[in-house]
Amino acid sequence: MPARPSRSWARVRRAGLPYLLLLPAVLFELLVHVVPMLTGIYMSFKHLTEFFIRNWSAAPAAGFDNYRFALDFNGAIGKQLLESFWTTCAFTVLTVAVSWLLGTGAAVLMQDPFRGRGLLRTYFLVPYALPAYTAAITWEFMFQRDTGLVNTLLVHDLHLFKTAPFWLIGGNSFWALVITAVWRTWPFAFLVVTAGLQNIPGDLYEAAALDGAGVWQRVRSITLPQLRSVNQVLILVLFLWNFNDFNTPYTLFGNVPPSQANLISVQIYDTSFQNWNFGSGSAMSVLLLLFLLVVTAVYLLLTNRRRKTDV
Amino acid sequence: MSRPPRSPLAPPPSFVWTRRIVLTLLGVFTFLPLWVMLSSSLKPLRDVQAGFAWLPTNLTLRPYVDIWSTVPLGHYFVNSLVVSSCSTAVSVVIAILAAYAVSRHRFPGRQLFSVTVLSTQMFPGILFLLPLFLIYVNIGTATGVQLDGSWLGLIVTYLTFTLPFSIWMLVGYFDSIPRELDEAAKVDGNGPIGALVRVIVPAALPGIVTVAVYSFMTAWGEVLFASVMTDDSTRTLAVGLRNYASQNDVYWNQIMAASLVVSVPVVVAFLLLQRYLVAGLTAGSVK
Repeated sequence: MPARPSRSWARVRRAGLPYLLLLPAVLFELLVHVVPMLTGIYMSFKHLTEFFIRNWSAAPAAGFDNYRFALDFNGAIGKQLLESFWTTCAFTVLTVAVSWLLGTGAAVLMQDPFRGRGLLRTYFLVPYALPAYTAAITWEFMFQRDTGLVNTLLVHDLHLFKTAPFWLIGGNSFWALVITAVWRTWPFAFLVVTAGLQNIPGDLYEAAALDGAGVWQRVRSITLPQLRSVNQVLILVLFLWNFNDFNTPYTLFGNVPPSQANLISVQIYDTSFQNWNFGSGSAMSVLLLLFLLVVTAVYLLLTNRRRKTDV
Repeated sequence: MSRPPRSPLAPPPSFVWTRRIVLTLLGVFTFLPLWVMLSSSLKPLRDVQAGFAWLPTNLTLRPYVDIWSTVPLGHYFVNSLVVSSCSTAVSVVIAILAAYAVSRHRFPGRQLFSVTVLSTQMFPGILFLLPLFLIYVNIGTATGVQLDGSWLGLIVTYLTFTLPFSIWMLVGYFDSIPRELDEAAKVDGNGPIGALVRVIVPAALPGIVTVAVYSFMTAWGEVLFASVMTDDSTRTLAVGLRNYASQNDVYWNQIMAASLVVSVPVVVAFLLLQRYLVAGLTAGSVK
């Protein structure tokens, strides 16, 4: 009977179809993310230097040496890594907090229609739409000591400083980095919160208005609580992006950032590609990943629990 | 004549004034770099080096001519265009197929797939940059297919960067398309792929275009992998723009002009489509 095998073949085909559809996505994810990640973990246990690039399985085993160096905070490498870790933490917390505040503030203030709202929304998104490096290059120019806008504004126009400060070296470089990152990041927060606001049912506001709640009260008692699930994801995404950010510091400072603005991805990049020590660079990457995993897990656990107890 | 009474829903003056002040400050903050970019790109180098002036005194279009000869900008442009377009095209097709599977089929491993793909989004790029570089080098040695320093390597790398977000967003779009449309297509004699191509893709076109623009922007602006995986012949704009400096001078006016030229296509595309992006984010966040 010819109908039978073809019917079961059809069933196999139907069951297999979703997997077939997913296959390309899975293959590419494996090639570019999963396999390299596993390789990276393997590499972190090797003394992998430039001599072994074409034949890295021949690199001598290192045991936990790379990790020991990275975490030996009395040694040069470990000390630098720890410093860069704290710098990155401070940078990320500041950038995320300010960007979230600006983005949420602007989105909430623009919730009710007013003349020019659509245009203003589009305008605020321009920094996010710019390629990251052109934004950072422009800020680099603005932060030039003698020819930049920032010092022209602060020294010549506002007379806040007697002598023009340096922005791209020394302690100020940290603030230069934060400002540049915030300029690019807050529009994204604005975009996401704006989208989130459209999901809040309008009758909640009508009910509150009938109860005589003022606009500020409505923001506090309806808008912000309703945005909680959007914020949960948004803050996590902002945190991960900024903690891993490479584009901004690399464009702003080049290969050798000032130590006050030495973010961890640039630190790892330098260890790997400037000093050609791939083993040590991989160990640092693995440590970074572990840290991010722990932070993400704790964050999700805490925020989910709070959400449940609140309901 | 007395003014009409304020509607109870109209915001109080304190709100209106807060709004005015905050939005003005944000507007100025957003404006400054954009103005620096535009005004400096219209100044001769001499004026740019003399210190920042808010308004250009000697207007010139010279930087826009010079940018093409100071560095091989046209060459970088072509590289960026090829890499970004190819990675976008492939990435969008792959994302459509995967999103269709997740949205329209219930199968074991569906949840696992979604979670795994989304979680790759959190990996620091630096983590797989090194191994990926070495893997490409070794694939090149073993098979002769050169991935490091070639277009192909960058295309393959970039197309995966946006896959998680694209799949997630398209699932949201596909879910909002009524299943009756699929059924109708099947009655008309289409298979599942026929239904996807004839019904779902046209209905989700705004979402697909948005995802494509997002992918293009990501590839267009990527620095980290481009700085390691390109050589002189495949250099993309993200890395090439650093070259506007000689030993004595940094050609800031040309850098600003080049930045503007490089940004305009993606910014315009993004702004035209931001409405759909908001809609897509809304659809995605409902679930």
